Amino acid sequence: MVTAMTNSRGLDRREAVAALLKDRGDILVITGLGSPGYDVHAASDKDSTFYLWGAMGAAALMGLGLAQARPDRNVVVVTGDGEQLMGLGGLATIAVAKPRNLVIVVIDNGHFGETGMQRSHTGLGLDIAKVAQACGIEARVLRRLREIEAVRDTLQRRSKGPRLFVVKVRAENVPRSLPPRDAVHLKNRFRSQLGLPVT
Amino acid sequence: MAVSGKRAMGRGARARKAEGSARKTLASEPQDWPQALYGALRSADVRQMAFVPDAGHSKLIELFTADPEVISNVLTTEEEGVAIAAGAWLGGMRSVLLMQSSGVGNCINMLSLATISRFPLLMLVTMRGEWAEFNPWQVPMGRATEPALNAIGIRTFRAETPQALLDMTSSAATLTYEADQQVAVLISQRMLGRKKW
Repeated sequence: MVTAMTNSRGLDRREAVAALLKDRGDILVITGLGSPGYDVHAASDKDSTFYLWGAMGAAALMGLGLAQARPDRNVVVVTGDGEQLMGLGGLATIAVAKPRNLVIVVIDNGHFGETGMQRSHTGLGLDIAKVAQACGIEARVLRRLREIEAVRDTLQRRSKGPRLFVVKVRAENVPRSLPPRDAVHLKNRFRSQLGLPVT
Repeated sequence: MAVSGKRAMGRGARARKAEGSARKTLASEPQDWPQALYGALRSADVRQMAFVPDAGHSKLIELFTADPEVISNVLTTEEEGVAIAAGAWLGGMRSVLLMQSSGVGNCINMLSLATISRFPLLMLVTMRGEWAEFNPWQVPMGRATEPALNAIGIRTFRAETPQALLDMTSSAATLTYEADQQVAVLISQRMLGRKKW
C-alpha cells in the first residue's frame, strides 16, 4: 500500500511548530513549500520569515546562503520531509560549509501531504537525521513537545556547526493558513526588516 | 545599517584597484582572463561564490577560494547554488555561481526562485558540446543551454573573447545586483580551447 490517510502517531504539527518558534526574537526563518509554511504562518507571520511556494529542495540551502550573509543572526529553516528529500545533496553542501548559525527543522509526517498523502521515503523507513549525521551534521529526532521546547531554548545560540532536527508529526491535513504568495513582497519586507535597501 | 558606511568606503578603494588591475592584466595577457574576471567580480563586491567545477573555471575557482573575504561553497548539484545565492541576497550579500553548461539543465526549476522573486542571480557558464567537443554526451545540453535559460526567463550573454567576457561580466554584475536581473554569461568553448587529455 502506498498511501495512508493518517498516521496516528506523532505530534500535532501546529503545536510543534508554534512551540519551536515561540518567542523567536530576531531569528530569521525560511520555510519550505507547503504545510511547513502554513504552520509557521499560523504560529505568527513576521517580516523576518521568507516563505517558499515552489523551488522544491531550496529551503535549507537558502538558509545556508542567508546564514553566511548574516553571521550575526541565527537562521532557522522549517521544511517538510518531502522538500528536504529533494535536497538531500544539499545536506552535504551545508555540512562542509559548517555554518554555526543554521538550524534545519524537518517537519516529518512521512507523507507528501499537499498532493494526496502519498507515503514518502521517510514514511517508508528512511531516517533523515541519520542521513544528516552521515554528512557530518549534528542531528536528532524529536518526538515530544518538551524535546522541542528544549531545542527552542538553544536556537538563539551559536553551535559548533549546522544542526538538523526531525520533528515527527501526525500525517493529517490541518486547515490551511496561507502566507502571501508574492515573492517580491516577501523578499522586500525581509530585507527591509534587516535595514537593507529594496530595489 | 551600521556596517554599510564603513564597508562602502573600503569597497570603493578596493574596487577601483581590482578593476584597474583587471584591465591591465587582460591587456598584457589575454590568456589570464580568469584573473581579470575575478578582479571584475570582486570590484562588484561579490563576496560569495558557489560552484560545481569545470576545467574552464578552475583558475577562477582557485582565486575565489584563496580569498579570505569570499565565502566559497562547493555544491553537489548546480541548482543548490541558485538557492544559496537567493538566501545570501536576503541577507545583503552578493553571490556568483559557476558551472558548466551541463549544469544548467540541473537548475531549471530552481531558477524560478530567482525569476519570480527577482533575486539577483549571476551565473558564469562554461560551454561544452559546441566546439571541438569529443564527448557526444555533452552535445544535447550544450545545444539546449541558451534556449533553456531564455525559456525560464534568464538573460544570456555569450562571450567569444576574453575582452568580451570581461565587459559582459562587468555589465552583467550591474544588471544583476543593481537592477535585480537574472543573468548567465556563457563562455564559449572555442575561447576556452580544446580539452586536453
